Amino acid sequence: MVAENTSSRSLSITLRVWRQAGPTQPGKFVDYQSKDLSPNMSFLEMLDVVNDELTLKGEEPIAFAHDCREGICGTCSCTINGKPHGPGKGVATCQVYMRAFRDGDVVTVEPFRAAAFPVIKDLITDRSAFDKIQQAGGFITARTGSAPEANGLPVPKPDADLAMDAAACIGCGACVAACKNASAMLFVAAKVSHLGLLPQGQAERDRRVLSMVSTMDALGFGNCTNQYECSAACPKLITHDFIARMNRDYLGASLRAAFKPESAASGGGAG
Amino acid sequence: MATLDSKIPSGPLADKWRNHKANIKLVNPANKRKYEVIVVGAGLAGASAASSLGDLGYKVKCFVFHDSPRRAHSIAAQGGINAAKNYQNDGDSVHRLFYDTLKGGDYRAREANVHRLAEVSVNIIDQCVAQGVPFAREYGGLLANRSFGGAQVSRTFYARGQTGQQLLLGAYSALSRTIGQGLVEMHTHSEMLDLVIVDGQAKGIIVRDLVTGKITRHAADAVVLATGGYGNVFNLATYARGSNATAIWRAYKRGACIANLCYTQIHPTCIPVSGDYQSKLTLMSESLRNDGRIWVPKKKEDAKKDPNSIPEADRDYYLERMYPSFGNLCPRDIASRAAKRVCDEGRGVGPTGLGVYLDFADAIKRLGENGVRERYGNLFDIYHEITAESAYKVPMRIFPAVHYTMGGLWVDYNLMSNVPGLFVLGEANFSDHGANRLGASALMQGLADGYFVIPYTIGDYLAGQKPGSRPSTDRPEFKAAEDNVTAMTNRLLSSKGKHPVSYYHKRLGKILWEFCGMARTKEGLEKALKLIPELREEFWKDVLVPGSGDTLNQSLEQAGRVADFLELGELMCRDALTREESCGGHFREEHQFPDGECKRDDASFGHVAAWEYQGEGKTPLRNIEPLNYEFTKMSVRNYK
Repeated sequence: MVAENTSSRSLSITLRVWRQAGPTQPGKFVDYQSKDLSPNMSFLEMLDVVNDELTLKGEEPIAFAHDCREGICGTCSCTINGKPHGPGKGVATCQVYMRAFRDGDVVTVEPFRAAAFPVIKDLITDRSAFDKIQQAGGFITARTGSAPEANGLPVPKPDADLAMDAAACIGCGACVAACKNASAMLFVAAKVSHLGLLPQGQAERDRRVLSMVSTMDALGFGNCTNQYECSAACPKLITHDFIARMNRDYLGASLRAAFKPESAASGGGAG
Repeated sequence: MATLDSKIPSGPLADKWRNHKANIKLVNPANKRKYEVIVVGAGLAGASAASSLGDLGYKVKCFVFHDSPRRAHSIAAQGGINAAKNYQNDGDSVHRLFYDTLKGGDYRAREANVHRLAEVSVNIIDQCVAQGVPFAREYGGLLANRSFGGAQVSRTFYARGQTGQQLLLGAYSALSRTIGQGLVEMHTHSEMLDLVIVDGQAKGIIVRDLVTGKITRHAADAVVLATGGYGNVFNLATYARGSNATAIWRAYKRGACIANLCYTQIHPTCIPVSGDYQSKLTLMSESLRNDGRIWVPKKKEDAKKDPNSIPEADRDYYLERMYPSFGNLCPRDIASRAAKRVCDEGRGVGPTGLGVYLDFADAIKRLGENGVRERYGNLFDIYHEITAESAYKVPMRIFPAVHYTMGGLWVDYNLMSNVPGLFVLGEANFSDHGANRLGASALMQGLADGYFVIPYTIGDYLAGQKPGSRPSTDRPEFKAAEDNVTAMTNRLLSSKGKHPVSYYHKRLGKILWEFCGMARTKEGLEKALKLIPELREEFWKDVLVPGSGDTLNQSLEQAGRVADFLELGELMCRDALTREESCGGHFREEHQFPDGECKRDDASFGHVAAWEYQGEGKTPLRNIEPLNYEFTKMSVRNYK
């Protein structure tokens, strides 16, 4: 929830925005005055208004990522006043409202910063590294049509609830941006935990964690040093406890992989 | 005139799909890899289709305008997904789900399609559970259900208030697996801007890379569009800002018929508009109507009072009064119109007078605040973030908003449009919801189409195409389509007029909301048909699109989409004008019963209206597909 400016009067702010024309061009902060804003306006609506003003002045509008504007798609990704997704707790950038700011504030807006998330333009970064980690193992192999009856496999409610807590991740990357090591451990741990907590996810549990973690490392994300900035910035308040769970899974899987030889026939089909 | 053969299989309703699957042609496993299929969109329908077709062995290319296939707006669906599992032992069955959906759609959908949807609904739940979708469960570990509008059984499966997210992430995980295995080639930041037709068949698309601006040609043996609905034509809607109709509209302009555009769903429970800067409207899930009670003051003069100070006797729980047997859970179109009516009477609440209360005081008494928090906590949080009010303390204020479009590209029973080789899935097609969609049925349809229909029906088409006969992208048809795209981009960038794109989108939205929204009249629609072409002309003369085409340019993206909306909006009004009846989401004031309910005209309008493009500046042709009800009687919907 966002701290509230109880006044219903309009406010004006100075917007200090990161402008960068392209991935290889240098970027810099540029100031814009944004005036007479309603406190009920969302932060992104404020950017819409600024962009229309820039357009009319013949300048190029600020590129920013956004889509659903209700905190679930994970597209929006601004660091506002040094905090990924800004001043609120448990919200995405699109759920920040201007009532969180005071008249006369200087508001600094940057893209999510991480080596694995290169800037595409202005406030937009390339987060395709997250997709690559998912492709490496963030799934349960269940070909369409092969599924057994849904109630054939009861899942204890506490397990299902905990799995849902982890599955709430929206893949925005705030955890990475908040971490001084640009670690993706919370993101990976959420998926590993979600699937690993469910009986359906057991068959691939070892493979999944090993493969996702090695891909994460290869893509240039840092390691976890237990600062828990990730959970604090997470718009879904996903807890860092899942990182501990993933580490346990990873250790167990590594040991089992070391001592359990794979069948030589595992890759091929019988004739 | 287009040929609209619905290809509904003969035989008893419950056997049609099974018999059809047994009779349609197959492609042998070794040949599947010789066919390329393009899937545009990766929401529930697109992602499930792409992964399922990839698993079957087809070479699949999937295109999304998003930065990742996990972002599609299916992700925002809150409440749930229907399935005829009858786990609650409350009398549900495939037939009952079929009947509820058909009736909910005000008898304007095809019987055979809806029955198939109800049949495969049970497989969807199995498939999703196998993927690890964390549905809500009972303490015994079995799946939980809740109720949704338009049904008297509990058949809705859910994952807190984020069912769409969890189902989409399930489909996304399957898609990710198939991408990782090299079965699907994924193209993100890629917007389809034209359809390529070769020898009368859909054989490719033209795509703009939204990061580099590069235009590319892609050939395939078949093209699948799963690009969602066109509700953003209204500007303010519960859609994501990026949701657009460009893919289906440009397919329409290449000859695919577009059907029933006037069937738009206005969802009754959204957070009211607060100001002119507003960019979108936020839905409060229909599931809230399980426990929340909708009311307005009986007296106009109470409308501005503190709701908690208004005594019980002075409140009008109008849905419970008007529809005693369904009460607060009557279908969406009916609940929305009732809200409009009480606001028109001057009893609307909130600063604008365009709002009604959704009150949880009774539920809190019954379940305790924590009980309510457990069921709806995240929705109450969203409401608080937007309005800075606590719905635990004061009733929510809600108002109807555009939420879904039942119309879309015309498809036959195989989900193929009248252009051979062009398939359309999910909200982008018109097929299953008739004139009104019931809650928790969009997720069902998206996944039914992608997991359980297209994998069978696409084979029937591809089996008739010679392997390796896919045309080269050097063909003149590809060049012509690419030139068309480039010309439009250049035209948008060169106008350098007076107003940004948003100016026109807002104005279009206002025209449509006023004249083609919750209630429509001949006079109003005729006015809209005059205003929209004028606005469109102004747009092309005076729009200001900054920047260039060879880089990431969000203004240019939006300009192209709004240009299409300015055409689609006109056809939507034309469809509404020609449909001289009221049904589901289409309410013509001239056609109503004395109590204000929809008055259908089955004899004259018991059909699908599928519009065929005739060229720029020409009135499109209205084709008709009669709806033959063999098994059910078209009756007057009654939720009283």
